[in-house]
Amino acid sequence: MVEHMKKTLILMVIFVFTLGFAYPLLGTFLSQEIFNFQANGSITGNGSLLIGQTWSGPSWFHGRPDGSLVTLGNGNVIVSGTNQPGPSSKALRNFVKKQAAILRADGIIPTNDLVTPSGSLVDPDISPQDAYAQVPAISNARHISQSKLLTLISQSIHPREFGFLGNSYIDVLEINTKLASLS
Amino acid sequence: MSLAITLAVLFLLLAVIWRFLGQYLVCVYSGKVCFLGFVERPIYRILGVNKDSEQTWKRYSGALIIFSSVSLILSYAILRLQGQLPFNPQHLGAVPQALSWNTSVSFVTNTNWQNYAGETTMSYFSQMVSLSVQQFLSAAAGVAVAVALIRGFARNNASTIGNFWIDMIRGVFYIFLPISFIAGLIFVWQGSVQTLKGPALITNHLTGITQTIARGPAGFMEAIKEFGTNGGGFFNANGSHPFENPTALTAFLSIILLLSIPVALTYTFGKMVGNIKQGLALLAAVVFIFAIWTGFSLKAEASPNPAVSAAHVVSQNNGNMVGKETRFGSNLTDLYNISSTQTSTGSVAGANDSFTPIGGFWLLTGMMLGEVTPGGAGSGLYTLLLFALIAVFLGGLMVGRTPEYLGKKIQAKEVKLAAFGILVMPITVLILVGIAVSIPSGRAGVSNFGPHGFTEILYAFTSQANNNGSAFAGLNGNSDFYNIAGSIAMLLGRFMIMLPCLALAGVLAAKNISPDGLGTFKTDTPMFAVLVIGVILVVGGLTFFPAVALGPILEGLTHGKLY
Repeated sequence: MVEHMKKTLILMVIFVFTLGFAYPLLGTFLSQEIFNFQANGSITGNGSLLIGQTWSGPSWFHGRPDGSLVTLGNGNVIVSGTNQPGPSSKALRNFVKKQAAILRADGIIPTNDLVTPSGSLVDPDISPQDAYAQVPAISNARHISQSKLLTLISQSIHPREFGFLGNSYIDVLEINTKLASLS
Repeated sequence: MSLAITLAVLFLLLAVIWRFLGQYLVCVYSGKVCFLGFVERPIYRILGVNKDSEQTWKRYSGALIIFSSVSLILSYAILRLQGQLPFNPQHLGAVPQALSWNTSVSFVTNTNWQNYAGETTMSYFSQMVSLSVQQFLSAAAGVAVAVALIRGFARNNASTIGNFWIDMIRGVFYIFLPISFIAGLIFVWQGSVQTLKGPALITNHLTGITQTIARGPAGFMEAIKEFGTNGGGFFNANGSHPFENPTALTAFLSIILLLSIPVALTYTFGKMVGNIKQGLALLAAVVFIFAIWTGFSLKAEASPNPAVSAAHVVSQNNGNMVGKETRFGSNLTDLYNISSTQTSTGSVAGANDSFTPIGGFWLLTGMMLGEVTPGGAGSGLYTLLLFALIAVFLGGLMVGRTPEYLGKKIQAKEVKLAAFGILVMPITVLILVGIAVSIPSGRAGVSNFGPHGFTEILYAFTSQANNNGSAFAGLNGNSDFYNIAGSIAMLLGRFMIMLPCLALAGVLAAKNISPDGLGTFKTDTPMFAVLVIGVILVVGGLTFFPAVALGPILEGLTHGKLY
């Protein structure tokens, strides 16, 4: 018993030093040296490429309707994944209806991703189909030809990893930044 | 098509890992590799451990219990003292008592149930030193117990089952630390954050919107979170958060990491008992059940979400996307979540709570089988061996001989220990769920109404008693009732299975290995795999059917009735 305790305490000091400090701190040092951009949050001039933002009005590509659930940008740290409606929840049905009405008001035909909240609630991406659905609205609002927007979309598609993993997607911040420089 | 390729690549990679990691584990735990001798030897010297010394099962258990208790106290103390400790750029104060207790129990038992949001609760110091350290140690302890039990089967007339200190040290330094470090770099390369700088305040000049983005040393925690089948994430959204799981590649890597050790251990088992086919028979049973659960849940999540259908505004041709990330889609999210619920990992790439009723059914019941398909790091194999013993016992009854497993006579004592280890989990779950639905503070945590609310409670205790840690996160578990009841479930589900396993190891090691006779029931055959499958399904099915009928089955049968 006493002997176990003594060994435990010594071993715990060793493990705290190696696993609690050396592992994450050496990892941080290497990450900062080799992958500086990613390690600090993939932050560009207008936000992180990996954290979704609220884009309202018909002149921007909209992302997943997460912003209305986590109020992105009220000065507090964003807490991810806080809303997880069940599949038989009236609140979810009403949310989807309301979201579809907002999209229609902007002249967008709703798609599945554009009316449903993501898991993280900071999903930075939309599918190419979601982007195509927004072309007529953006074209009207910005007076850009639809063909230019279609080209923009096809240039912004991130294909499936290795051609088979996950889904192809478009980063909303990335495409909107390109859109802003287009007009 | 891409799903078929994903599954095929996963299968092939795991086959390679089964063979080579399995062999490596044999070498690590039998002391055959020693390239890190320069790290090991000084530690043994300071500890006063002889590298050839061994322990009886009682001393082994004693060391495990004391080590885990000290881990618990350390982890708790750090959370309570967080405000005074460094690496705390957000100046977060102490974590409240009940929550600190629940959280430390959770990480020490390899559960990683989280009643808090990492972004606003945990300092970087707490994440690194209180939580991440336990992610390593609990995984290493799980594998140590599994290996001790294997030694029990493999040894002839022996009084010892290995040395806890040596198993822990070798497990951490030869397996968990190096592989996690490499995986951590891959996560960061793909986009996980790994920084000690505090949250980033950013302004979008196009829209004028400002955001405060939580950051931290998440990438390397992610690696051990998956590889140690822990599942506790840095951020509240766990593996659906782009800073934890930035790309489909990291999602796939996570799936590989969390399945690696549980799958490889079946090879280690076969090799150490001298017949790889013994491990293969168990693996076949596991793969069969895993494949059924995965197939049906993939199909369920490719179907529409009933609540979204009820709004009649979109066609859900890409499946149920509520609570799922665009970059993963419904298939990869489901593959991730079903793998993680069946390995006692419990990390999620999308919201479990938003799965379709039938999708949720497969997540929940996957855990109810006792986390053996393939289960957690170590815990999966030792629990699976308990089921194998029951299968052998039934087989013995059928042919009318004293059952034997791997040459060891299986008698009343062994069967009692195995039955005890298997029954602890269902008894704990059903009693605690019964209490929770009977008292106001239990019902208060539910956020969805109707049968889904009941499923949230059932899921919570099933997850904790199985040391899984995934959640139907609509349940608000951060109340005194859930924090304390949950900690009881986690402790019983961990140590009341580990201790019978270690006792079994001791009893079995002391027995003779008798050569196979003519009437011996063969345990390295497809027939035995079928028997093991039967035992797992019957035990899980019979104990939980009534409870599951009131939850996901009822919700599925009401065909889109909303609450």
